[in-house]
Amino acid sequence: MHELSLVRSIVQTCSEYAGGAPVRRITLEVGALSCVMAEALQFCFAAVSDGTPLAGAELEILRRPGYSRCRDCGADIELQSLLDVCACGSANMSPPQGGDQLRIQSMEIEEAL
Amino acid sequence: MCTTCGCSGGARPLLTNTATGKTSRLEVAHIEAPIGVAQRVPRPRAGVRSTAAPTADLQHLERDLLAHNNTIAARIRDWLRARNILALNLVSSPGAGKTTLLERTLRHLRDLGDSTAVSVVEGDQETRFDAERIRATGCPSVQVNTGTGCHLEASMLAGALEELMPAPGSLLMIENVGNLVCPALFDLGEHAKVAILSVTEGEDKPLKYPHMFRAASLMILNKIDLLPYVDFDVETCLGFARRVNPDIAVVQVSARTGAGLPDWYAWLQAQQSALPA
Repeated sequence: MHELSLVRSIVQTCSEYAGGAPVRRITLEVGALSCVMAEALQFCFAAVSDGTPLAGAELEILRRPGYSRCRDCGADIELQSLLDVCACGSANMSPPQGGDQLRIQSMEIEEAL
Repeated sequence: MCTTCGCSGGARPLLTNTATGKTSRLEVAHIEAPIGVAQRVPRPRAGVRSTAAPTADLQHLERDLLAHNNTIAARIRDWLRARNILALNLVSSPGAGKTTLLERTLRHLRDLGDSTAVSVVEGDQETRFDAERIRATGCPSVQVNTGTGCHLEASMLAGALEELMPAPGSLLMIENVGNLVCPALFDLGEHAKVAILSVTEGEDKPLKYPHMFRAASLMILNKIDLLPYVDFDVETCLGFARRVNPDIAVVQVSARTGAGLPDWYAWLQAQQSALPA
């Protein structure tokens, strides 16, 4: 389960970045075509973040689609999965572009009073 | 700890030069390593502190979780390109026949009088069994034992290349850890990934593990000598592979009997010829 370790990486990176301040929210970009499940990230996050400045933070996951073009009808296609086919029924498509993001986009740190 | 698969273990990968028997521990910089506190953007402080509920400070990190690996992979790619070395990353599930195919290929190249023109990096969790088989062919090789790690990372290949020092203009074969999932995510700086699928595994594997077959430039369908004995429809398998990767090239071989291997050698030759001189 590579999501568990990705979450460990996220928690470590963000904890260091926050310098001990509580973190309210982390926004991730996860490509729909990366081999990473958003649900698995969420599942792991609660457990891994416990006892860190990220405990209780919201993990917002922005799912980014990939794009392709049908080689039969020429339509541009938004891909949510590597197994998606064109609306015309063809699976003959150009190699997917994008949709492979695995990025920490931003986080919200609580300002000390 | 492997940061991507969750496989734990404190031991660093072990590198063995099969010619000298010299072993060393690889320095592996994990992507979870401290990422430079100095890069932190200073948080602006308001002149007047509010006594209301704490406000939030939005920090844009834009940090790629695989950035560390990909940086090293890019360096390796440049290094290989400057030396005109063709590097192939062989990936498959355990037992698909990577090592047998490799042995046969190395012997073929040796018989062509080309034995110094190919070297091998062997990736396995444990044992030097495969490296011993490769050494018997007379080709220079190093073994990377990942311990509990389930894939090779670019930093491991960088360490292996320092030890192996492949000759300019040569062919470098990287035999990844047998695993159809994790190696797909890790760029090693190779020219191409070659996925090996044996007919005993079932024709549905390209759909079950689409990321690996998408990442591969070539699918080698191996053990075709066993086709009469297994329920494996070749056309269905090729259809599945092309569905996840319309541009994937395919060769059908038996590394045991040698059937179809000229197609694989021709593909190799074409890749080498296509390298900028």
